[in-house]
Amino acid sequence: MADPILEMQSITKTFPGVKALQDVSLSVERGEIHAICGENGAGKSTLMKVLSGVYPHGDYEGTILLDGNEVQFGSINDSEAQGVVIIHQELALVPYLSVAENIFLGNERVKRGVIDWNQANADAAALLARVGLKELPVTPVGQLGVGKQQLVEIAKALSKEVRLLILDEPTAALNDNDSEHLLGLLRQLQQQGITCIMISHKLNEIAEIADNTTIIRDGRTIETLDMKADGVTQERIIRGMVGRDLGHRFPPHEPTIGDEVLRIEDWTVHHPTDPDRVIVDSASLDIRAGEIVGLAGLMGAGRTELAMSLFGRTYGSNITGRVFLHGKEIKTRTVAEAIEHGIAYATEDRKRYGLNLIEDIRNNITAANLKKVSRLGWVNANEETKVAEGYRTSMNIKAPTVAALAGKLSGGNQQKVVLSKWLFTDPEVLILDEPTRGIDVGAKYEIYTLINKLAEQGKAVLVISSELPELLGICNRIYTLSAGRVTGVLPREQATQENLMQLMTKERDQVR
Amino acid sequence: MTAVAGFKDLFTRNLRQSGIFIAFVAIVGLFTILTDGVLLSPGNVTNIVLQYSYILILAIGMLIVIVGGHIDLSVGSVVALTGAVSAVLVIKNGQPWWVGVLVALAVGLAVGAWQGFWVAYVGIPAFIVTLAGMLLFRGMTLQVLNNVSLSPFPASYQKIAGGFLNGFLGGQGIDVFTLVVAAVAVIGYVVSQFRTRAGRIKYQQVVETMPIFITKLVLVALVVMAFAYQLARSRGLPIVLIILGVLIMVYTIVTTKTVFGRHVYAIGGNLSAAQLSGVKVRKVNFWIFVNMGFLAAVAGAVYSSRSNGAQPGAGEMFELDAIAACFIGGASTTGGVGRVTGAVVGGLIMGVMSNGMSLLGYDQSVQQMIKGLVLLLAVAFDIYNKRRAGAAR
Repeated sequence: MADPILEMQSITKTFPGVKALQDVSLSVERGEIHAICGENGAGKSTLMKVLSGVYPHGDYEGTILLDGNEVQFGSINDSEAQGVVIIHQELALVPYLSVAENIFLGNERVKRGVIDWNQANADAAALLARVGLKELPVTPVGQLGVGKQQLVEIAKALSKEVRLLILDEPTAALNDNDSEHLLGLLRQLQQQGITCIMISHKLNEIAEIADNTTIIRDGRTIETLDMKADGVTQERIIRGMVGRDLGHRFPPHEPTIGDEVLRIEDWTVHHPTDPDRVIVDSASLDIRAGEIVGLAGLMGAGRTELAMSLFGRTYGSNITGRVFLHGKEIKTRTVAEAIEHGIAYATEDRKRYGLNLIEDIRNNITAANLKKVSRLGWVNANEETKVAEGYRTSMNIKAPTVAALAGKLSGGNQQKVVLSKWLFTDPEVLILDEPTRGIDVGAKYEIYTLINKLAEQGKAVLVISSELPELLGICNRIYTLSAGRVTGVLPREQATQENLMQLMTKERDQVR
Repeated sequence: MTAVAGFKDLFTRNLRQSGIFIAFVAIVGLFTILTDGVLLSPGNVTNIVLQYSYILILAIGMLIVIVGGHIDLSVGSVVALTGAVSAVLVIKNGQPWWVGVLVALAVGLAVGAWQGFWVAYVGIPAFIVTLAGMLLFRGMTLQVLNNVSLSPFPASYQKIAGGFLNGFLGGQGIDVFTLVVAAVAVIGYVVSQFRTRAGRIKYQQVVETMPIFITKLVLVALVVMAFAYQLARSRGLPIVLIILGVLIMVYTIVTTKTVFGRHVYAIGGNLSAAQLSGVKVRKVNFWIFVNMGFLAAVAGAVYSSRSNGAQPGAGEMFELDAIAACFIGGASTTGGVGRVTGAVVGGLIMGVMSNGMSLLGYDQSVQQMIKGLVLLLAVAFDIYNKRRAGAAR
């Protein structure tokens, strides 16, 4: 009964100095959803790039069989012609072009040398219906949220007569609702006979949707698990990924909670360009010393907006409300002022907002508090290096020296650099926005440990996260936000995914 | 314990940086052979310095602008405007030379503040602001000069770019003063290098082995002294060279050792990250352009002095030479990367090539084409290098 649509045999891919893939084999059954798991840097994306022709034939060793016939893809075009389509983690859509234009980009509906827009829009509408996206084909993609953009990508893949769809971390940037919809769509496509390979870090999704899971570690295939068989739990997958039993996904932590450090009252923020829209609606919350407080909310609930408006008004307009530090009212009108008061904000998107990727680790770590290593405007480079080396050791940043470029580090190590940078500002309050997004399981554990350590040092920590298990695992108290309003606060003991989700989805009028 | 870096390590680590110097040496070598040594003759060495000084001064300011992620298309017009203002004061109104220079500098600062305001506080891309400035200040130049050239400057003014410091200590056909100044500079360099090294050792950082360190110092000393020797055999130490030397030193320090410099790199490397790290982006951007205006005025004074007058069309295309110097010198087109020394060497590469080709009797048209190709190849090499580095990940 085995009817593999795809067989990759003994794939070895070498980069100068590094063996990224070593003798990796992968067999995918026709019509299944096949998950690929592994830590960051394990070689998952490289394997998919080999498959889709990003690394052309001859660039790697081994053979690829599609429907039992050997294929040699020289480029993405070759693989797409065979119905193998890859959707990358970073979406490849042009924000200013319409949905239809994006769908048919490079594959335009042409009649006698000119684009037939009626045909294109009609075809696009049909594809949108197939993926369950209720948007007009003429809407610019930039106006859609990430979840909808993901659907546009899938529609684009469908337009290419896809047989084997590869998704790299499709739900990484999606909230739970959008993720749910996407997974449902994948099941639908499966029924239509489309085979799916999905790379994901979200083990609960894999457990829910995948038929088989292949685990890759350090460039080698470890095992392929039949998800329908008994005993394949998330813990089982994790064990394969990290090669060790983590036991717990969250480090134990006994909080010692002190006095209130930060309190905000009636914090209201309006949309930066549309001042009539209220994004954060008279929110109030407090954090105490040594406490890890979670902020839960769906996409668009205003979590990041709340944090950024608090942090030097980097988001929003017409901001009102009061901020208290140790009971004394403070102003945080600029980032410099916020940092001065001991507030630190580690952004949700490290690469875009957190780090200067073309600079070395050292300069990134001191970027937010150069003053501390300089006198009268002069930077003491030696002192700076010493400080950075100190963090490299204490935070366990995996890099040969602090002169390594931030852009060359893995996600987990980049996050450690971001944390070091903010610790160097001697903060009392740390706001961490999605601190473990895009980070593999092992590194996540390390980040949690660091967060615990910070709390033990008496810092007040606010963690914003889309992953409820994470909040439940590390926070002492969790606030929920819905449509800009604080809808509840639960101590860890009382919080469950269910009651949090209920508070997070509370309608506006119910709130009032 | 002090870790020690070997020569190979040092070389590969700074491949891009050393690449530009190697290219410079190769080009100098090539043209020296092609011109039978005329390129490095005393008179010609002096000539190159005088001829390209104002481009190098502009390139220093432009480097900071480019690292900050901007561009400045107006510097040619600002050179013309500041030169014209100075000429009107000195030639028409008979003011002393220093009044002309000071007012020119003030005009440069005002121009910089104007452009900085639009870029930093209004948020208009520098490309647009300075394109407007290019027209605006060229028009102002025509107004100030009433559409006619002004010349000649009094001898005191001409000295800025044409003057030499020499003869203070005598010498037979060789100006001892020039050699002494060069020797003092070399000693200063050696002392500062030793102090840096000592500082690094104190902090237990990687330093070169002693032989490599000494070899490096000896090489630099030899090159500087040979250069000074050629100058001394000609007319002595050009005043412009002193101005240029001071500017290079000051701005190397500003870009590598000050908080302001670091903030420029942070803004160019990742604007959002810089903003969210508390960098006062507007203020920094504003001062980047004020500084550019200032340096354009310095270049304006030097250029008007050298051309002994002010012309309505002065400084045309200077902005492009300055920009090209930065990119040849390894600055990144997207900002965040680049060095003052790189930009200066980039400018010198273009200078030596122009000069060498002129000596060989190549037509202006050929020179332009070759300069264009060199710029293209330099950036192509840079991108090739980055790709290779990226693939090695």
